[in-house]
Amino acid sequence: MARQEKKKDVVIVGLGWTGSIAGIELAQEGLDIVALERGHDQDTVPNFEYPQQIDELKYGVRLKMMQKPSQQTLTVRRNDGETALPYRSLGSFLPGNGVGGAGTHWNGLNWRPQPVELKLRSHVRDNWGEQIIPEGMNLRDYPISYDEMEPFFTQFEKVAGISGYAGNLNGEIREGGNPFEGWRSEDYPMPPLPTTYDASKFRDAAKAMGYHPFEAPAGIASTAYVNPYGMQMGPCNFCGFCERYGCYQYSKSSPQTSILGALKRMPNFEYRTKSEVLRVELAADGKTATGVTYWDEEAGEEVFQPADIVILSSYQLNNVHLMLLSGLGEAYNPLTGEGTLGKNYAYQMNGGVSMFFKEDNFNPFVGHGANGQVIDDFSISQNDFGAEGFIGGSYWRAGTFNGQPIRNMPLPKGTPSWGAGWKQGIGEWYGHAMSIGSHGSHMSYANNHLDLDPTYTDRHGRPLMRMTFNWQDNDLRMNQFMKRKMEPLAASMNPDIMQAGFKDIGAQYDVRPYQTTHNTGGHIMAENAREGAVNRYSQTFKAHNVFAMGAGNFVQNTQYNPTGLVGGLAYHTVHAIRTQYLSNPRPLV
Amino acid sequence: MTDLPGYPSRRSFLKATAAGAALSGLALPASAQQVPQPVSLDDYQREYLNAEEWAFIMAATARLIPSEGDGPGAIEARVPVFIDRQLASDYGTADDWYMEGPHDASAEPARGWQTPLNPAEVYRQAIPAFNDWCTQAHGAVFAELSVEQQDAALTSLQNGDVALAPELREFWGILLGNTKEGYFADPQYGGNHGMQSWVYIGFPGARAAYREWPERHNVKYPLGPVSISGERA
Repeated sequence: MARQEKKKDVVIVGLGWTGSIAGIELAQEGLDIVALERGHDQDTVPNFEYPQQIDELKYGVRLKMMQKPSQQTLTVRRNDGETALPYRSLGSFLPGNGVGGAGTHWNGLNWRPQPVELKLRSHVRDNWGEQIIPEGMNLRDYPISYDEMEPFFTQFEKVAGISGYAGNLNGEIREGGNPFEGWRSEDYPMPPLPTTYDASKFRDAAKAMGYHPFEAPAGIASTAYVNPYGMQMGPCNFCGFCERYGCYQYSKSSPQTSILGALKRMPNFEYRTKSEVLRVELAADGKTATGVTYWDEEAGEEVFQPADIVILSSYQLNNVHLMLLSGLGEAYNPLTGEGTLGKNYAYQMNGGVSMFFKEDNFNPFVGHGANGQVIDDFSISQNDFGAEGFIGGSYWRAGTFNGQPIRNMPLPKGTPSWGAGWKQGIGEWYGHAMSIGSHGSHMSYANNHLDLDPTYTDRHGRPLMRMTFNWQDNDLRMNQFMKRKMEPLAASMNPDIMQAGFKDIGAQYDVRPYQTTHNTGGHIMAENAREGAVNRYSQTFKAHNVFAMGAGNFVQNTQYNPTGLVGGLAYHTVHAIRTQYLSNPRPLV
Repeated sequence: MTDLPGYPSRRSFLKATAAGAALSGLALPASAQQVPQPVSLDDYQREYLNAEEWAFIMAATARLIPSEGDGPGAIEARVPVFIDRQLASDYGTADDWYMEGPHDASAEPARGWQTPLNPAEVYRQAIPAFNDWCTQAHGAVFAELSVEQQDAALTSLQNGDVALAPELREFWGILLGNTKEGYFADPQYGGNHGMQSWVYIGFPGARAAYREWPERHNVKYPLGPVSISGERA
């Protein structure tokens, strides 16, 4: 018999970016709120303090900020014919753990999607015709436009504290910014960060080829800053420990730095850690939720938490898993196209070129996660899909982000992986290499989806989620296009040695090497319940008092890091709850 | 390699350190004297590895990162201590990993870690199996082979030419990976003794404060490393 807690107005499942946003915005309405967090509590002080945080083995390699697969994981297969096997140790992607979630250990790259990315099917249809869409690609429009989202992107950027320079200010294209971005109603809250040596070399080479370099938009403070909630950030010192770490000096945007300090001071908000939600409980009529049941780790028992509104704000994979387990929609069937939960899982298609310069010192340890110069000249809005034979695009970036030697030791091809030759190689090349990365879009396909595994279970006896995922030709062709365009640019920089790393046609998904933690889709937004799991307000079609936020909403992945869109959608959702739902709880249209 | 002005030759420093505890203090630069000299590897009290395994790890890491040439080798960096302690820790026992069955240890490598064994168990079972292979192929257990034979045996292991059970397939990967971790990790984990590997490549360790450096283009950062516990080199 589950213990029952006192009813709340709102229960929030997962206290990362979207849970924190929902928490503070709904707390401002005077609602009584509890957030349930599976992991531990953590804050800048004491958990991210210098020097303990500067520990590559503990955090970078042993991944002590991440979800432990022994707690929660999933199974993976590359096609319906394979038996899915558990993702036993983390590799390809790294969901976070504890308060702050992935928003604590991210790199800080904060992008808005391009306007055409939110209406991509229409963009394709209007310019080339729908016949260029490959069979099996579930290409869709988002049920919301860039213009509608713009105020919410701006709001998130002010809260998170983003550094950059607007390239399109109310339609005016400005030199030094990104000329291909969507319009901005205001400039970034902070000016751009300084440019490191490798980024300056890339910038100069890109300019010489007629491209349009700009400083990457960074969730990294370039100056002292106070955000709308009164939270303070201090300028980054380029310590080089962003990704996989908490920031020790209040410079990286995170729920802790930007929201939680203010939220915790509100008397109508409380949060409970080590509280893993097991299922959302539906009312007898199946049309609303009554609350959630969670596992109280300390007490060792199940607890029912009644609430009028349920906000699902855990990591994308875990949101989808919880919705599948709770019957918050029907599981997607790739053969019939019926069902919506688990549909349109997507990822990211990345590649890059490494360059070695014997005489140059890059000091790779001087950097931050969102460092560098970028070009968007091969972005989604710039590519001729009809002529090139793919739908998609990427942004390119060069900038030092960490010089941590266990994981970041680029060596020329042919250098032995051990022995005297390896030792000589690390002495010769450490600090003398730079790279340009291509960070590319990933479309959604019938073949790539999420459902429940028939064999493996978690520590609570629940089926693990099963991921069916493999690389698809469309995105691989995009990647090869980027290789062809990037190599001449890299060569123009006259490195002593250069080598490209781009997946080619036929590449099979490998769960071992880290690729990116940009898992998207699975509870996608749509105009109607037949096509998606949530509406434009992230409200589930199944139960109108359940809202599912995060990258699970993405109908296909954009070419950018997802956080800017995730944050914008979260503000859009809570705005709708505040202005439309609370006064009259119902399915919003 | 270039020696830094104002510092003793790194070659001589490394050679001196390599000579072991007996020479402690004689040829070391003043800054390195702050590092207390630990027990010699011969007297080290092992936490996980048994005598056969220790002999193998000593010999194998000495070939994976040899002492010859510029920079410290795995032995000078005390990598075997690191590996022993890691295998005794929650890494060795895979506490964070999902280890429930059924297991398909023969699944193709791209499917990730699928053996039912944790890393400590892989070492425990693979070392005697590899020693048996060395005895058959080269006439003695690994630790007793010549360095040329050891390099050849490791190359066979790397190339998959040593017929290990599928459950032990990860052995080469974790042996090499753990060796490099022990070489480059903070010294608190028992390896990277004296931060010699950081000095060698020019990584400043836990300094983590470079406010004035982003715009100093193409200027080599001049300061040596610090560790989490405050050692300097």
